[in-house]
Amino acid sequence: MSKKDIDEVSGIETTGHEWDGIKELNNPLPRWWVWTFYATIVWAIGYMIFYPAVPLINSATPGLLGYSSRGEVRAELDAAELAKGDYVAAIREKDLAEIMADDTLRQFTTAAGAAAFKVNCIQCHGSGAQGSPGYPNLNDDEWLWGGDIDAIHQTIAHGIRFAGDADTRLSEMPAYGEILQPEEIRQVAAYVVSLTGTPSNAALAEAGATVFADNCAACHGDDAAGNRDLGAPNLADAIWLYGSSEADIAQQIRAPKHGAMPAWSTRLGDATVKELAVYVHSLGGGE
Amino acid sequence: MRYGAEIVGIGVFAFLALLGAAFAADIAFQQHMWVLFAVLVISAAILMRNTSFAPKEAASIPFREGDTAYMDDVIRYGAIATMFWGVVGLLVGVVVALQLAYPDLNIEPWFNFGRMRPLHTSAVIFAFGGNALIATSFYVVQRTSRARLFGGNLAWFVFWGYQLFIVMAATGYLLGITQSREYAEPEWYVDIWLTIVWVAYLAVFLGTIIKRKEPHIYVANWFYLSFIVTIAMLHVVNNLAVPVSFVGSQSYSAFSGVQDALTQWWYGHNAVGFFLTAGFLGMMYYFVPKQANRPVYSYRLSIIHFWALIFLYIWAGPHHLHYTALPDWAQTLGMVFSIMLWMPSWGGMINGLMTLSGAWDKLRTDPIIRMMVLAIAFYGMSTFEGPMMSIKAVNSLSHYTEWTIGHVHSGALGWVGMISFGAIYYMVPKLWHRERLYSLRLVTWHFWLATLGIVVYAAVMWVAGIQQGLMWREYDDQGFLVYSFAESVAAMKPYYIVRALGGLLYLAGALVMAWNVYMTIRGYQREEEPIGGYVPAAQPAE
Repeated sequence: MSKKDIDEVSGIETTGHEWDGIKELNNPLPRWWVWTFYATIVWAIGYMIFYPAVPLINSATPGLLGYSSRGEVRAELDAAELAKGDYVAAIREKDLAEIMADDTLRQFTTAAGAAAFKVNCIQCHGSGAQGSPGYPNLNDDEWLWGGDIDAIHQTIAHGIRFAGDADTRLSEMPAYGEILQPEEIRQVAAYVVSLTGTPSNAALAEAGATVFADNCAACHGDDAAGNRDLGAPNLADAIWLYGSSEADIAQQIRAPKHGAMPAWSTRLGDATVKELAVYVHSLGGGE
Repeated sequence: MRYGAEIVGIGVFAFLALLGAAFAADIAFQQHMWVLFAVLVISAAILMRNTSFAPKEAASIPFREGDTAYMDDVIRYGAIATMFWGVVGLLVGVVVALQLAYPDLNIEPWFNFGRMRPLHTSAVIFAFGGNALIATSFYVVQRTSRARLFGGNLAWFVFWGYQLFIVMAATGYLLGITQSREYAEPEWYVDIWLTIVWVAYLAVFLGTIIKRKEPHIYVANWFYLSFIVTIAMLHVVNNLAVPVSFVGSQSYSAFSGVQDALTQWWYGHNAVGFFLTAGFLGMMYYFVPKQANRPVYSYRLSIIHFWALIFLYIWAGPHHLHYTALPDWAQTLGMVFSIMLWMPSWGGMINGLMTLSGAWDKLRTDPIIRMMVLAIAFYGMSTFEGPMMSIKAVNSLSHYTEWTIGHVHSGALGWVGMISFGAIYYMVPKLWHRERLYSLRLVTWHFWLATLGIVVYAAVMWVAGIQQGLMWREYDDQGFLVYSFAESVAAMKPYYIVRALGGLLYLAGALVMAWNVYMTIRGYQREEEPIGGYVPAAQPAE
């Protein structure tokens, strides 16, 4: 570079090379850029002094603050535990009747149950506990297995048709497709539909009343009001788990679906199951 | 032209594919081998139709551009492939965005979100971005080295081999073949093929640099070379795996547990760093000074920021694994290196923007320059946002939320997309020897459609991500979780719909570009008023 090459527009010297018409100016590094770069390096070194940073053979330098991710989580969990501490111990020790009798404790238990419900229950029952086809609505006063606090607790703790629990709720409606004639199924479906005041074929329904009395009343009751000991639903209240049309009902008679729920006591522990029971009881239908 | 050796070679591979299909250990591999067989047989048939069976002397056609001229045919194919895969990748992006908003659009099993999402990411990063990088690197390295591409037809092997990789990766995803490593989903046999193609790419690029007729290597080529070398290393290490069967579509990673996760994010982060940053900086260092017709702002800055960037980037991967089983010291490492990376990244932005000093008036009249400036602006913004999100306190809010998606797309749509569009707009008239593009007004349309699309996309995802993060960590004063996860999903729906609209705008811009490029290649020029108005003709003095 014997001769200096100056860019006309900026008056800055170029490096003297040219590639396919591109030259490069010999501008210095912007000062603010250099100082900011230095600042980030200084900050990085500082951070490495205060926090775990340099790997050693079996461990790493702990840093002056003694920080660890696990420690941070532990501290947060401990703080949360401390905040709830007395209440959770009380829930664990007291029985449901005592919890329900203590206003403050009941309110706390309900809030705790709501939080546990969001994590464990809404996948099937919905975030508003409104249910969905095959999964009951928990806000109304229709209960398959009973709606008082102890019955709800029993259902949550041991589940429904859950193979791993000896105390699980168990019942099974036979598949009437193998027992009744197709005509009889149509009749009894028409009868069941008529129970809720929904228009249906009167002649079929009348014949269906007899079929119902002979086959269904044993579990669902003469008035079709259901039997909670057997998990037999009330058929006269217009609340349907598997669809309300006559075809849906006929299908459920022919080859019934049987819902299942896990036993939660082994998964969540006693305190949380109690919290869930109190919460579900509080939703509106608790007895 | 004679393609004897090529046809035989492809025929042998087609036969091997057939054997693979016959002895396949699993149904997915069998289907995949049938796809490969079909692609190879069609390729062989096309070559046979184009081959000349005349005696050798008569068949040999002299080089259209002469032996010493630049090898531009492969770049022409590359420009078209870039445009094609760009539109495909963006279209799939709009589809997956809509699938999130409207889950009914998940069509099982081939077109569900789980299979379409890697199709989108691979199509835009590797098919669109990769073709853009290969094509522009071939264009730039020849012109800045004053040398024809090294290796003769090896460049064609790189181009077609890379397209085969794309097709095999894409069809594999839809068939459900994946090794579940983000941005490295293709299985072992596709990985081996890419390795072969990539080594050939390195040979062509490096060979051209070695036989250059310029005394110095231009800065753009440093970046391209660092991209090619580092991607080779990342690809090979991250994909070390043991196949279950040599005729099967499954393999197990050589790493396990948190080491596997760290290897994956060492790869994943540097795919961003060396593919989407270094590679495209190479593009910027050539096409911005050319389009602006100004010298690069600072040679010294380009040296310092290049070496600082490639030294620091490679360590930053652990910031993808904050608050996981990764040891704390490694999280610290990822975080402090990300912070130190801020200024080296911005060095590229400064050099790009300041190159325009003395030519800022061109922003008014040249929509291509405008596109490049916007690309550099988004580059600067996302390379600030990245280090910020690597800070653990920020990361605890942003990680796993839509914010990350917004960050990635402001980089991908804003920086990678716009700088590639600018480069293609620059290259196409020159490659096809046209006086100018079909229409500059359409470039302006593309600019505004794309800009609006990015702004909508990024803004919506920021808001969505922060809301999502806040909902997840919201506790009431009794210490209980306020929102269920499903509630945070439901809250995303309006954002997902608007995000899809942003993507649609960006796609619309790319379609306008495809039309403009097509008409330019066909040799048309649209009659239109120049941007900035007609320059009044000099009036004779009265």
